[in-house]
Amino acid sequence: MHKGDAMAEQKTTQVTFHVRKYDPMKDSAPHYETFKVDVKPGMTVLEGLHIIKEKYDQTLAWRYSCRMGVCGSCGMLLNGRPTLACNTQILDIATTDLTVAPLPNFKILRDLVPDLSGMFEKHRSLKPYILRDDAEEMENPTGEYYQSHEEVEEYLQFTYCIKCGCCMAACPTLATDPDYLGPMPLTQANRYTTDTRDGGFKERKALAGGRNGVARCHYAGECSRVCPKGVDPAKGVQFMKRKLVLDFFKLYNQKGPCKVQHAPEGVERNPKIPYPPEKTVEQ
Amino acid sequence: MNESSKWTIHMLAGLLIFLLLGMHMGIMHLSGFKADLGVADGAESAVSKDNSLARDANPLFTATYIVLLAVALYHGLYGLKNILCELGLKEGLQKTIGVLLLLLGLGLFGLGTWAAITVHLTAAGNA
Amino acid sequence: MAETKYHDNRLGIWGWFAGGRWGPERYAYTLHRITGLAVLCYFLMHIVVTSLRAKGIYLWEDGEFLHQPIFLVGEFLVFAAFAYHAFNGLRLVLIEFGWAVGKAEDPVYPYKSSLNKQRPLLALMMLAAAMVIALGAQEFIHALGGMH
Repeated sequence: MHKGDAMAEQKTTQVTFHVRKYDPMKDSAPHYETFKVDVKPGMTVLEGLHIIKEKYDQTLAWRYSCRMGVCGSCGMLLNGRPTLACNTQILDIATTDLTVAPLPNFKILRDLVPDLSGMFEKHRSLKPYILRDDAEEMENPTGEYYQSHEEVEEYLQFTYCIKCGCCMAACPTLATDPDYLGPMPLTQANRYTTDTRDGGFKERKALAGGRNGVARCHYAGECSRVCPKGVDPAKGVQFMKRKLVLDFFKLYNQKGPCKVQHAPEGVERNPKIPYPPEKTVEQ
Repeated sequence: MNESSKWTIHMLAGLLIFLLLGMHMGIMHLSGFKADLGVADGAESAVSKDNSLARDANPLFTATYIVLLAVALYHGLYGLKNILCELGLKEGLQKTIGVLLLLLGLGLFGLGTWAAITVHLTAAGNA
Repeated sequence: MAETKYHDNRLGIWGWFAGGRWGPERYAYTLHRITGLAVLCYFLMHIVVTSLRAKGIYLWEDGEFLHQPIFLVGEFLVFAAFAYHAFNGLRLVLIEFGWAVGKAEDPVYPYKSSLNKQRPLLALMMLAAAMVIALGAQEFIHALGGMH
C-alpha cells in the first residue's frame, strides 16, 4: 500500500468560509459571502482560497507569493486574528466556520487586498538603512565593518521582519490613530539604531520620539502576539523607548558607527589557509 | 520639548504618585486596618475635622500635598491628552485640546495651592 | 494615474477593546485607560471639594452633602481603580524603560516573546492590587457600617 493511498483516504471536513468581499466598482460597502470547502488535514487557508477561486468565485482577489511564510504578502484577518494565510492550517483555527477578512487598520482596495502603502511610507520615513558619514568607504570598501557576535545578537531578532503588516493590524493605537508610526517602522528604527555599523540615532530620534512615535505605544502587546516570524515588535519598540529615555537624561551614547577594520599589516599569512579560487567571471 | 520627553516625565511622575498617593490612600483609607494592628493612634476617622486640621497645620503635609497636586495634575491631564489625541482628530483640534488641558491644569494647580497655603496659615496660626 | 477607490477599514474605538484574539496585556491596557479616566474624574472634583475647606466648607463631614453611603461606595471604587492603575503602571514603567522585557533572542518556533517574559510580573502586580483592594474593602465596610 503506497503512502499516497493513505493520503487519499484522509478524512475531509467541510468548513464554511465566510469571506469579506468588496469590489469598489460595484459595491458600496464590504459584505460577506460564504463558500463550503472540503478541507483535508494540513490544508492551509491559502490553499482554501485557491479552491474557492477555482470552483466557486473567480473574482476573489488576495495577495500571495511565496506560500511559505517568508514574503509577507498574504497577511489577513482569520477568525479575528491577523496572521499569514499561507502558514495557517485551516483545521488549527476552525472546526466548521472560518471567517476571512482583510487586515484591519488599512484601507481595503479590493476583497482581501489592503493598501499597505501608508505602512511603507512610515517605514521609509524612519530611514531603515545603515546611516554613516563615510560614503566613499561604503561605495568602495577598503576593509570590513567589524561586528562581534554579541553585537549582532542585539538586533538580529528584529531583522526577521517580513513587513506583512499583521502587527499594524493588531495594534490598538493604530485602530483609532492613523498617524501613529506603528510597531513595524519603530522596531525597524530600533534595529538600525542598535546595529553598530549605523550612526543614525540623531537622524531618527525626532520622528521616533515625536508626536507619532514611541509615546503612542502602551504595550498592549498584540503586535508580538500575532507576529508570524517571532520578531517581537513590542520588545523592539520598548528598546527604542529606552534609548530615548536615556537620551533625555543625556546618558545615551550610540555604539556605532563602528570603525572600518583593515587586514593587519606586517603579518605573515598562515600557510595552512588556502587562497580563494580564480575568478571565473569578468568584473 | 518633544513628545518622548513629555512621556518620560509622565512615567516618572507616575512613579512619584505611586509613592505619594499610595501614602495618602494609606492614611485616608487604611488607617482602620492599622488600628487593628495596633499601629495607628486610635481608630478615629482620618477625615475627621481634628485630623484634617492637624494635617493642615503641618508644613510637611502641606508641601507634600502641593507636590502631589502638581505631579498628579501633570500625569492625569497628559494621560487624558493621550487618550483624546489618539482618536485620530485633526491637528488643529489636537493642539486646542492640549492648550485647554494645560490651562485647566494650571488653573486647578493654582486653586489647590492657594487653598493648601491658606488653610495651613490658618491652622498653624490657630495652633 | 486614476484615482484609487477604497473602503476605509479602521477599527475605531472598538479596536481598543478587540483587534484580534486578545492576550491579558490587551485587557490590562484597556482597563488601565478606564481606571485612569475614573481616577482623573474623581481627582478634578476632589481638588475643588477639598479647596472649599479654605472657605470653611467641609462637604464630607457628618450631615454634609458628601456624607452619604453612595459617595462612600463611589470612593471605594476610586480606591480600587487607583490600586489597579498604580500596580499596572509600575509594571508598565518597568517594561517601557526596557527592563522587564528581556533581551533580543533568536526566535525559535513556538515563539516566546517579551509578553511571556513579563507575565510573572503581570501576575504579581495583579495579586498586589487585589490584596490592597481587599484591605481597603475591609476598611470601607467598617466605615459604611459606621455611617448608618
